[in-house]
Amino acid sequence: MTDSTSELPASSPPEADYVLHLYITGATPNSLRAVRNIKEICETYLAGRYELLIIDIYQQPLLARQEQIVAAPTLVRQRPLPRRQLVGDLSNRAAVLISLGVPQPGSAT
Amino acid sequence: MHEYKLAPTALPQLPKAPTGIEGLDEITEGGLPLGRPTLVCGSAGCGKTLFGIEFLVRGILDYDEPGVLMTFEETADELAANVTSLGFDLKAMQDDKKLRVDHVHIDRSEIEETGEYDLEGLFIRLGYAIDTIGAKRVMLDTIEALFSGFPNEAVLRSEIRRLFRWLKDKGVTTVITAERGEGSLTRQGLEEYVSDCVILLDNRVIDQITTRRLRIVKYRGTTHGTNEYPYLITEDGFSVLPITSLKLEHTVSNEIISSGVPGLDEMFTRRGWYKGSSILITGTAGTAKTTLAASFALEACRRGERCLYFAFEESPAQLIRNMRAVGLDLQPHLDKGLLHIEASRPTLNGLERHLVTVHKLIKEYQPQCVVIDPISNLISVGSLSEVRSMLTRLIDFLKVSNITALFTALVSGRDGRMEMTEEGVSSLVDTWISVRDLEGIGERNRGLSILKARGMSHSNQVREFLVTDTGIQLLDVVIGPLGIITGASRLTQRIQEQAQLTAQEQEIARKDRELERKRRVLEATIANLRTEFESVEEELRQVNDEESSLQNAISQARSAATHDLNNRRPAAEPQRPA
Repeated sequence: MTDSTSELPASSPPEADYVLHLYITGATPNSLRAVRNIKEICETYLAGRYELLIIDIYQQPLLARQEQIVAAPTLVRQRPLPRRQLVGDLSNRAAVLISLGVPQPGSAT
Repeated sequence: MHEYKLAPTALPQLPKAPTGIEGLDEITEGGLPLGRPTLVCGSAGCGKTLFGIEFLVRGILDYDEPGVLMTFEETADELAANVTSLGFDLKAMQDDKKLRVDHVHIDRSEIEETGEYDLEGLFIRLGYAIDTIGAKRVMLDTIEALFSGFPNEAVLRSEIRRLFRWLKDKGVTTVITAERGEGSLTRQGLEEYVSDCVILLDNRVIDQITTRRLRIVKYRGTTHGTNEYPYLITEDGFSVLPITSLKLEHTVSNEIISSGVPGLDEMFTRRGWYKGSSILITGTAGTAKTTLAASFALEACRRGERCLYFAFEESPAQLIRNMRAVGLDLQPHLDKGLLHIEASRPTLNGLERHLVTVHKLIKEYQPQCVVIDPISNLISVGSLSEVRSMLTRLIDFLKVSNITALFTALVSGRDGRMEMTEEGVSSLVDTWISVRDLEGIGERNRGLSILKARGMSHSNQVREFLVTDTGIQLLDVVIGPLGIITGASRLTQRIQEQAQLTAQEQEIARKDRELERKRRVLEATIANLRTEFESVEEELRQVNDEESSLQNAISQARSAATHDLNNRRPAAEPQRPA
């Protein structure tokens, strides 16, 4: 399982396995922390297999409505399906990884 | 009430946003607090959502205040579909940029907490919606749904508190709906945060009949009606019934109108009852209450007035047929539109709905006379005190509108409380007429009496009446040795009286004849006596004549003799022997 996933990123660069949208509210501490956390997680566990989009809903309030954003910051896992929402500054790394469906660091190595 | 009257002069009134909901603005004395949140709580099926939507829609239609509807439960389409039946076209309002509907979808299974967060997303969405259309009114339905989506209560509470503060700062009048909790107003204790105005909706079922009640639990900075007010969800939307004129200050009319039964009019000194007064006809079963009521309605129509007839027992067709049988033809007036018969089963609706129907129809038809036949049937719908309070409201309303109202009520004659106050309304009505069975030996007759008539004196007799082919006919009072006589006894009495009369006439004739006879006898006697007297008189006269002629002769002779004696003596001598 871990082997197969580690081989995948190279084979499919245009279609990322993980499409993540992070909705933040400007430069609030929570938002900044969330951005830092998600970048770190992606780089650590999903390097090369993800597509991360950071959206400031202050700038795009309509998107907040479309995407049913209530809390901020919110990370939306668009892919893989099903769609999931992770609210909070993503500091609980274990929870984030489980929710994203990323293999646990312990089992990965 | 008095305190309130004094207050405005001393203090400026709290600015209020009229809701446009019928009746509610009267209770709240102007509407919801302007620019502040109001909490509307109640159990399932109370109409919280409808309350809020009507608040928004009326704001848009009547007061030109755009609104934002943020729904946490139903989608925009579902809501729109739900209220189309009330005539609210949410879609068109959205197209006109008067309304924005934002459905906040929260699914617990999709949401995972991963750290610190706030609800800024909600603020942004709400702020965006408000700003794009310049909304003045906001409704949040039901914000408690957030609690099911987000597990962190501490965050939610502080965010909700912040939200209400933020809405206040934005100056929008907000309605927040919340589910009724156990032991508290709302399940999540939202009343802690919304402290300006709290309205409680209650839906209770007593004896299988649902009644809805609204109460203003608190309203900071203003006085308000404190009672529980019945409210309804009708085809026109939400409607609260505060309609009791607490002040008795309606104007009165001095005009007299006929009862439709000439004989009954005669029983009042002013030949009828006052226009705009309320009349109660009570009676046991089959005492022609409906006929009396129909007579009154017919008479009103004959005068050219409009009359509204609420029949709770008979269908219009049946009523018309039955009344035609006693010579009261309602059909032409029905055709002309002067008469309107509204027939429904009392159990069809709760009391409040009946009251609303009555109100609605009265507003629609503008009648001068209203007949409710009978009010006693309403008991089957509510408890005595509820019926009484409903009737108080109704009678008040009719009086204020200067509508002459006639109610009939069935009373049970068996338990001896024939003249007890039925439904306690007798104290509310101005004129009270009692019809009843006068049961005699082997027959029943109908009797009518006036128990009270405010503002005029009236007959104190129990009058027997008949329902004839030409309507109700009051019979003359017949007083027998044991009081007033009715029915067959009346006939007997009449025959007896006639016999007596004949006897009396005969007696008189006999006496006349006897007198005549006596006169004749006397006259004969008088004639006899007169003849007797005449003969005696004649005899006496004859004697007198003879006497006087003799006297004359003597005196002549004597004078002649004396003359001779004096002048020639010798002449005297021949006289001496004579």
